Amino acid sequence: MKFKLKKSYMEDLKLFEYKSDMVGYGVLLVFLFIFPSWAGNYWTYNLTLAGIYCIAALGLNILTGYTGMISLGHAAFFAIGAYTVGYMTTILGHSFWIALPLAGFAAAFVGLSLVLPALRLSGIYLAIVTMGFGFIIDQVILEWPEVTGGANGLLINRPTLGPLSLNSDASYYYVVLVMVILFVLLTKNIVRTSMGRAFVAVRDSEVAAQSMGIPLAKVKTQAFTISGFYAGIAGGLFAPLINFIGPDNFTIIESINLIVMIIVGGLASIHGSIFGAIFITLLSEFIRVGKDALPAFLSQQVGFQGAVYGLIIMLFILFEPMGIYGRYLKIKYLFQVFPLYRKDTFRRERKFQKAQRTR
Amino acid sequence: MPLLEVTELSKKFGGVHALTMVNLQVEKGEVHALIGPNGAGKTTLFNCISGFYRPERGSAVFKGRDITRTAPHKIPRLGIARTFQNLELFRNATVLDNIMLGRYMHKRASFFSEALFLSKAKNQEVEARRRVEEVIDFLDLQPYRDRVIAQLPFGTQKCVELARALALDPELILLDEPAAGLNSEETRDLCFWIEDIKEDLEITVLLVEHNMRVVNEVADRVTALDFGAVIAHGTPEEVQQHPDVIQAYLGEDDGAAASA
Repeated sequence: MKFKLKKSYMEDLKLFEYKSDMVGYGVLLVFLFIFPSWAGNYWTYNLTLAGIYCIAALGLNILTGYTGMISLGHAAFFAIGAYTVGYMTTILGHSFWIALPLAGFAAAFVGLSLVLPALRLSGIYLAIVTMGFGFIIDQVILEWPEVTGGANGLLINRPTLGPLSLNSDASYYYVVLVMVILFVLLTKNIVRTSMGRAFVAVRDSEVAAQSMGIPLAKVKTQAFTISGFYAGIAGGLFAPLINFIGPDNFTIIESINLIVMIIVGGLASIHGSIFGAIFITLLSEFIRVGKDALPAFLSQQVGFQGAVYGLIIMLFILFEPMGIYGRYLKIKYLFQVFPLYRKDTFRRERKFQKAQRTR
Repeated sequence: MPLLEVTELSKKFGGVHALTMVNLQVEKGEVHALIGPNGAGKTTLFNCISGFYRPERGSAVFKGRDITRTAPHKIPRLGIARTFQNLELFRNATVLDNIMLGRYMHKRASFFSEALFLSKAKNQEVEARRRVEEVIDFLDLQPYRDRVIAQLPFGTQKCVELARALALDPELILLDEPAAGLNSEETRDLCFWIEDIKEDLEITVLLVEHNMRVVNEVADRVTALDFGAVIAHGTPEEVQQHPDVIQAYLGEDDGAAASA
């Protein structure tokens, strides 16, 4: 086991607690930077997509995992980001680098205006309102062809950076990689300062949060706006990656996709958002490719993907409520205490998690 | 002028008169206990003072300022902290994070400073942590710092709730049944802490308590409530001897009633 003698409170605020963490993340970073050079276009493209979902999942985790507000309409924020970039670059001809932050702000602004009526709602009712919001945005996309291209969709080219063309999958991968790193750091800062603690406070006890001087309305608005911003940026990065966006890209299945990511990855955890985004992106790719191997009555079945997602959520909630991140922590612990780990080490926590679910 | 002055406060729930014309003065620097049988309206009074309930009439004035219609999240900023009868902790957060939340209202760094973790946010975190550690030392919570609330025994959870309220740096602290569910050792510790809160931290305490031993030990003055009305106030001895208080707790003296 590792022990560290801390001599100032500053040491508790460090990004990496141990030197070995820094080495670990450094190796990961190097691996990610050389990834396109040996992995080929197909895997680079998929990892880019996973990176984009990482950003959206981080945002949704701030809203759902940390603040405890469920959104079933997050694909709408994603769509607003994507169409802002599409409209600004393809129709108005502005630069992608202006359009991308605007995509974030547009989604954040819409989040802000959605939260005002939704403030008094929580739980399932909030889920229904956000779901309705998702359907509304779906309709707006279809019925506003001057901006969105309607049912025909929009073609979006990859951006250029000065003289550099980012047309290849590898070069666009680096753009997304940098953005993911920035957003992970941003999320880390949010959750380790008073803002993140206020989110958790609102989630765990609204009464106590108020008696700590936390204004509920302001904190919930903050969470929704930040979450919208993340989804908007993710959408803005998504549009040039797939080159073409239409209404089909932003259905309720996409919203559920994001929810599955954070549940499977681990609620209220940055690692969890990333694990979940990568896992689900690769899984949907795996389903798409692997479906052909299945008998026709299964692979031709409508909603096959949704059924697989449902099954996975059920299994995770039953057997690993803390998601992949929980499993990751346990495996890490196993190595840290190596010969001492017992099968029952986490039994109490697991029992507790299960008991909590009835609340 | 009293630190907290409640005047003719009345609160109804439908047809139930939870509080009727309650008057209460809490002087600066004292430990004031509220006693009364179950359903007497003690917690309702707390909820009115801390902004969770709106009374129909009357007022609560804190430091010369009417706080009767102030939103609950603004009350702590004026200097009133409270704990709850049934624990209201952030159950899935650590003890440290719970107490750190007590420093929330003292934060000065802006959103962008925190999002980018600039030096202002950093200093704020260190400063908050320093203050929180003082509270942890005060209540001997050192062994539990990084434990999640839900895994802690009940007595320790109560202690964390007290710590969180103290971290707000209040002038008046409202304790709703602080000794309920504590064993005798924890209750003794609590009595010492309340004394220390009064003497060393110079925080005024208003507490609801059923345990008369605690009340006798810590309270300077006692107010007794029954059916939403004040029936007696004075020193602990005076109130315990008061015939109305004895009647409220033990009922009508049949022998006395028969002979009268």
